[in-house]
Amino acid sequence: MIASTPKVTESLFVRILLILVALIFLSLVLIVPLVTIFSTGLAKGIQVYWAAITESDARSAIYLTLTAAAISVPCNLVFGIAASWAIAKFDFTGKKLLMTLIDLPLTVSPVISGLIFVLLFGAQGLFGGVVSWLDIKILFAVPGIVLATIFVTFPYVARSLIPLMQVQGNDQEEAGLTLGAGGWRTFWHITLPNIKWGVLYGVILLNARAMGEFGAVSVVSGHIRGMTNTIPLHVEILYNEYQFVAAFAMASILTLLAVVTLIAKTYVKWRTGEEQA
Amino acid sequence: MSIRVEHLEKRFNGFHAVNDVSFRVADGEFVTLLGPSGSGKSTILRCIAGLEEANSGLIEINGQNVTYVPVQERKIGFVFQHYALFRHMSILDNVAFGPRVRGAGKKERHDKARELLNLVGLSGMEHRKPSQLSGGQRQRVALARALAPEPQLLLLDEPFGALDARLRKELRAWLRELHNRIKLTSLLVTHDQDEAFELSDRVLVVNEGKIEQEAHPQEIFDKPATAFVASFVGETNHVEGMVDEGTVAWGPFRFKAIHLKQGTRARVLFRPNDVYVASKREDGGWPGTIQSVQFLGASVSLAIRLEDGSILNAMVPKGVADQSGFEQGKTVYTHITQAHVFPATV
Amino acid sequence: MRNKSVIPGFGLTMGFTLLYLSVIVLIPLAALVFKSSGLTWQAFTEAVASQRVAASYRLTFGTSLVAALINGVFGFLVAWVLVRYKFPGRGFIDMLVDLPFALPTAVAGIALTTIYSQNGFLGKPLEAIGIKVAFTPVGITVALIFIGLPFVVRTVQPVLQALDPDVEEAAVCLGATRWQTFTKVLLPALLPALLTGVTSAFARAVGEYGSVVFIAGNMPMKTEITPLLIITKLEQYDYAGAAAIAVVMLIVSFFLLFLISLFQKMERS
Repeated sequence: MIASTPKVTESLFVRILLILVALIFLSLVLIVPLVTIFSTGLAKGIQVYWAAITESDARSAIYLTLTAAAISVPCNLVFGIAASWAIAKFDFTGKKLLMTLIDLPLTVSPVISGLIFVLLFGAQGLFGGVVSWLDIKILFAVPGIVLATIFVTFPYVARSLIPLMQVQGNDQEEAGLTLGAGGWRTFWHITLPNIKWGVLYGVILLNARAMGEFGAVSVVSGHIRGMTNTIPLHVEILYNEYQFVAAFAMASILTLLAVVTLIAKTYVKWRTGEEQA
Repeated sequence: MSIRVEHLEKRFNGFHAVNDVSFRVADGEFVTLLGPSGSGKSTILRCIAGLEEANSGLIEINGQNVTYVPVQERKIGFVFQHYALFRHMSILDNVAFGPRVRGAGKKERHDKARELLNLVGLSGMEHRKPSQLSGGQRQRVALARALAPEPQLLLLDEPFGALDARLRKELRAWLRELHNRIKLTSLLVTHDQDEAFELSDRVLVVNEGKIEQEAHPQEIFDKPATAFVASFVGETNHVEGMVDEGTVAWGPFRFKAIHLKQGTRARVLFRPNDVYVASKREDGGWPGTIQSVQFLGASVSLAIRLEDGSILNAMVPKGVADQSGFEQGKTVYTHITQAHVFPATV
Repeated sequence: MRNKSVIPGFGLTMGFTLLYLSVIVLIPLAALVFKSSGLTWQAFTEAVASQRVAASYRLTFGTSLVAALINGVFGFLVAWVLVRYKFPGRGFIDMLVDLPFALPTAVAGIALTTIYSQNGFLGKPLEAIGIKVAFTPVGITVALIFIGLPFVVRTVQPVLQALDPDVEEAAVCLGATRWQTFTKVLLPALLPALLTGVTSAFARAVGEYGSVVFIAGNMPMKTEITPLLIITKLEQYDYAGAAAIAVVMLIVSFFLLFLISLFQKMERS
């Protein structure tokens, strides 16, 4: 981002003061936690660190987290693209309402998100009878976790693509139409290449949030060690048992993912900025 | 390939953009829709292209009713104001897109694309991306791309609007020459009257969704059909007066107004270059003093204060101005060689 | 009334979008309302207004408000510094602002607890001067500041970026001091965005669970946040009670969403 500084600005003293205050604040709020995660995880050395993340329950947690992400990401990606196309390319009444609905999981507490699935599929839930009759386990089992993950992360690709597609406008698609291209061809050859960075960033963010979701998954999971724990839930258990090093070792996996997400966002922003020029 | 439009209507949320428009374009003609922003000219063009759906009316291309035919099947070439090139494709792939969609094989469509890039003077640039080209080059690529699938018509929506003045002039001349060569029926939309006059066989002046006049450029200029056309096309002076016995009087001038009713208000419009400025008193000349002299390059604009206090704008060639010694404060004698009289609207 | 566009795919994309939304969002939400409507009015009020629940509201909303306001001030400052000034590491800091957004809440929770606990990096010196952070409302507020920061910064930043520098120069030419220019020209222009950011941070803080539940201490009536209370009720199989509290929180969320859209309209006009 380029600094937009008018020729007249605050005195040098004020500027330096403000920068220092901002940096101190950010160090306390952002950098200290970041450093703490890695320093605590590695406090007993790299071998203990490695043992913690390869222990059998840890491996199950990693596997479950990856499964939930592997299912949520494609589903929400398709949804995100469809919703963005509908919203960015057309005008219709109720568009605002639709966009609010899409933002819903972001404004609702994750605990409530999890609660909703308990109310649907729990023993006393709306579909509780159906579920037990069909003898499939949703709550306190993998399907529940996957569903909850899909629910809390579905806005991400759409939120990334909608502003991008709105900025790009319809000109190129119209040109494609005049040249004889049908709907799918227009989307595949013209729109998709233009939004590829937005899609990539949306997927990366989606994946990070899917893997890191805690509140909602905590409610539906049942916390059964080795079976229904994702990485965040496993971290919670370890921490509550005072196994701090192990807890932070697992946490550092997700932290690395978060850092990768941040870098990806910066890169995508740079690339889309370049391409718009 | 001819175009026929009958009683075209288009509304946007209550705004009447196109109001009962009918016209024809003959095969091989170059016609321009000229009008100010918001006049509906682009909407008319987009309806013919199929990029907008008309509320009612008939659109025929080459005798075929295409009013309900989707845009992909109309076989028209469309050039957008902001080029709308496919940013991530090379120039060659951009131009080859149309043939590709119609099923042409790789060699066939690349050959066609190269042929057209040659036609627009951009061979050798085929592997560049649009971002590596200048505005004028991009628009030429857009034109090549529109021509590649061999369309029946060429529709251009303010194609030079995003370019600077000099580039506009160059591309204008180039487009006219191209049209003379390929003789493809073309319909252009612009608000620039010089562009309309230089390129077209016929000009349709559009205002507020309606066609005000349809004629050859010279006729539009010399014989404007309405006050709007007269004031939109070219500079004007205007004066209002009452119709009395078939004329409108202004100072010593008498303007013929036999087509107007006795006693009604009329508006007289005349162009600065239809004002003849003499240094010596000649019969009927109205005396005045030169208030200001504005040097405009090849011509000189004079503001002349007449006896009744009104200001007359005259345009004379620079040579004449120099010879006659026109300068501020000099007394001159004015004649009006041509004027157009219309009924005064509110 | 839709202005029919010639771009294809409306039917397909809208249809799929609505189907997906119904299955994933609307039906689950309906379950929530349905379940809590099973209660009589009296039972409902008891469930949502008992002493313990009321204490959790006070705590949750109180700490969220304080955190959002602090973020309003410092987040604005951070946005200003990032947009207006050049300094080494600016790009890095800009990237880092999104950390609370990308980091899993549980990870943030345990990290913050470790830092502010009695023996922690910051907890120790603070304890020495008599400020206890972990397991108190102060700790909760600190966690909420962490997760709310990006909301304020990222909402204010683009608006600040898009401000026309000419306007400030005009003010100076007319004789305004820098402070006057800031308070009378810049701040009013940035206010809608700032309000949107603070409200978003508040909305997020109210529902926050993972980052808070470790540092809070979770003592009923003292440091128990409302989301935790919902989980407690679930564990006691009091589904209806949990649903009732959730409905109250949802109503608050919708109200905040409405406020946000108001502020965004303010900005556009």
